[in-house]
Amino acid sequence: MTLAPTTGAAPPATRDLTYAEAVREALAQAMDDDPDVFLLGEDIGVYGGAFGVTGDLVHRYGTDRVRDTPISELGIVGAAVGAALVGMRPVVEIQFSDFTCQAMDQIVNQAAKIHFMLGGAAQVPMVLRAPGGSGTGAAAQHSQSLEAWFAHVPGLKVVMPATPADAKGLLLAAVDDPNPVVVLEHKLLYKRSGPVPEGPYRVPLSQAAVHREGKDLTIVATGVMVSRALAAADRLAAQGVTATVVDPRTLKPLDSDTVLAAVKATGRVLLVQEAPSTCGFMAEVAALIAGSDALYTLLAPIARLGGLDVPIPYAPQLERAAVPQTEDITAASLELMKY
Amino acid sequence: MAESTAPTDDEDLAARTLNTLWRIRRFEEAVDELFARGLMHGTMHLSVGQEATATGACLALRPDDLISSTHRGHGHCIAKGADLNRMMAELLAKETGYCAGRGGSMHIADVTTGNLGANGIVAGGIPIAVGAALAQRLRGTDRVAVSFFGDGAANEGACHEAMNMAAIWSLPVVFFCENNRYGMSFSTERAFAVKEISERAAGYGMPGVTIDGNDVDAVYAATRDAVARARSGEGPTFIEAVTYRWKGHSKSDQNLYRTRDEIEEWRARDPISRFERAATASGALTERDVEEIRGHARDAVRAAVETGLAAPDARPGSLLDAVYATPAGRAS
Repeated sequence: MTLAPTTGAAPPATRDLTYAEAVREALAQAMDDDPDVFLLGEDIGVYGGAFGVTGDLVHRYGTDRVRDTPISELGIVGAAVGAALVGMRPVVEIQFSDFTCQAMDQIVNQAAKIHFMLGGAAQVPMVLRAPGGSGTGAAAQHSQSLEAWFAHVPGLKVVMPATPADAKGLLLAAVDDPNPVVVLEHKLLYKRSGPVPEGPYRVPLSQAAVHREGKDLTIVATGVMVSRALAAADRLAAQGVTATVVDPRTLKPLDSDTVLAAVKATGRVLLVQEAPSTCGFMAEVAALIAGSDALYTLLAPIARLGGLDVPIPYAPQLERAAVPQTEDITAASLELMKY
Repeated sequence: MAESTAPTDDEDLAARTLNTLWRIRRFEEAVDELFARGLMHGTMHLSVGQEATATGACLALRPDDLISSTHRGHGHCIAKGADLNRMMAELLAKETGYCAGRGGSMHIADVTTGNLGANGIVAGGIPIAVGAALAQRLRGTDRVAVSFFGDGAANEGACHEAMNMAAIWSLPVVFFCENNRYGMSFSTERAFAVKEISERAAGYGMPGVTIDGNDVDAVYAATRDAVARARSGEGPTFIEAVTYRWKGHSKSDQNLYRTRDEIEEWRARDPISRFERAATASGALTERDVEEIRGHARDAVRAAVETGLAAPDARPGSLLDAVYATPAGRAS
């Protein structure tokens, strides 16, 4: 399916690309722009990446800049930290976001903290891309949504693109950023198509997208839940309920103004994430709303819809049951309309 | 260049070496005392007794070469050329310290002299050094990165991953393992099934040597050779320098895992008096030179303590602004 274009001035020339192609185009344009940008990851060379994202880049930019690595996530991220410290702009691909567990020391204790610990004397301008999410039958160690872990760490920025245009624009902004940025792509989105601006196009890392505006409720969703929220909004519209759909895009730093304005305008809010609800990112958004003057405009309690508190199971019907689907979002929205 | 000269035989090298040795020793003794008097907080990992490793290794480096350091990193920082005043100010939690009081002893760094930082995580700096070396390869420079780490770090997975990556890509890295015989309380006899840690180098396809880490000449020679290999594109080398820390692991250490006799035995192998004896015997330094250098180091540390104690305390007001770098602050 194709999502509605994001808010803001639409850049001129667009054409349809898949999400994976949009990421690849961003990587190519980043390398064209800056000789300090290089890619590092497992099977990103001739193989083209486990999900085909890097594709033919190794043939265009060579094995130095599109560097295949051994299966050493901690070493890979550490090497990126070291290269970034001396002025390079590495972009690491971790094959599945679950494998960041192997690299947590370098992400959390090193990359995130070095600028602060060194009193601002050094920077770590690196990007860590990793696909997250369920829906591929890959089971519990290849399907997690770990964004809240990263968003909890001071020093990291966290991005979750939901459309091809955002996949490109957020990634180029992440490469420009002088801080470590974790970009959590979604496996189910890689083959989705949508309009993508041709030139180097940047989506600021603090700007939410309002995909659709309605009067009755606001649905805040991230990652693959954005397209499910939009599909739910279509079904709701058929029943006379209009929904605003907000995608924060960048979880940290969060564009709280846009979220709160949408909540105030509609008086009801449903917060949707794929990750398990407990201590999830949407708990933070709920707290944001509850702690703001938007609270007084609410006609209904703040509602959260997240994944079950379970590891992602293998069997397709079980996997489907573990995370919110379009019909769950529709049903939760209609519940809110009872207030 | 005195490339083939030993520090104990060369006037210039000997003076520089002894100066560094004493600056490290006096700095750490001062830190120990400040802590005992309650004038310094936190915790400290002192390298007293190990000064020859940092000194000899950094003597073999160019100013633009890079190092990654450890939690026991005062010596590396000083040997690479850091300013004692800013170091002491940092340990005293002052705004004028290298890290503006945000890092302290375990995160001391001076990136302007190529020190990418001490590290509170055992083996944390090893992959970072490999990445810094990879950057030199990509940029076509001939700078070398030396990663200092301890015997304990050699058993971390990060060390394995980093050494393998450096080896397969022939990166300009020197893996400098300071084997001080204990990872906190766990002795190398208990922690390793190999006799020498350097035996592991063969498993990565790189040369490995074990040297006397209390002998500046041996440390300098081994590092100089390894750096030459790295600089000429021949890849990484593993150096195991056997030494000993006289003080406990950190402030909580009661030395329950080693004997007084063992400590005394190693104190008798003091790398500094050993260097002084050799350098005066060779004629590179006179007794008077030695006295002068000792005096300079003592005065420099004394001045660092005085200016540090008088400096303004680290300010909490700027904390939130210090977490993220801003694009305007982008360094080269």
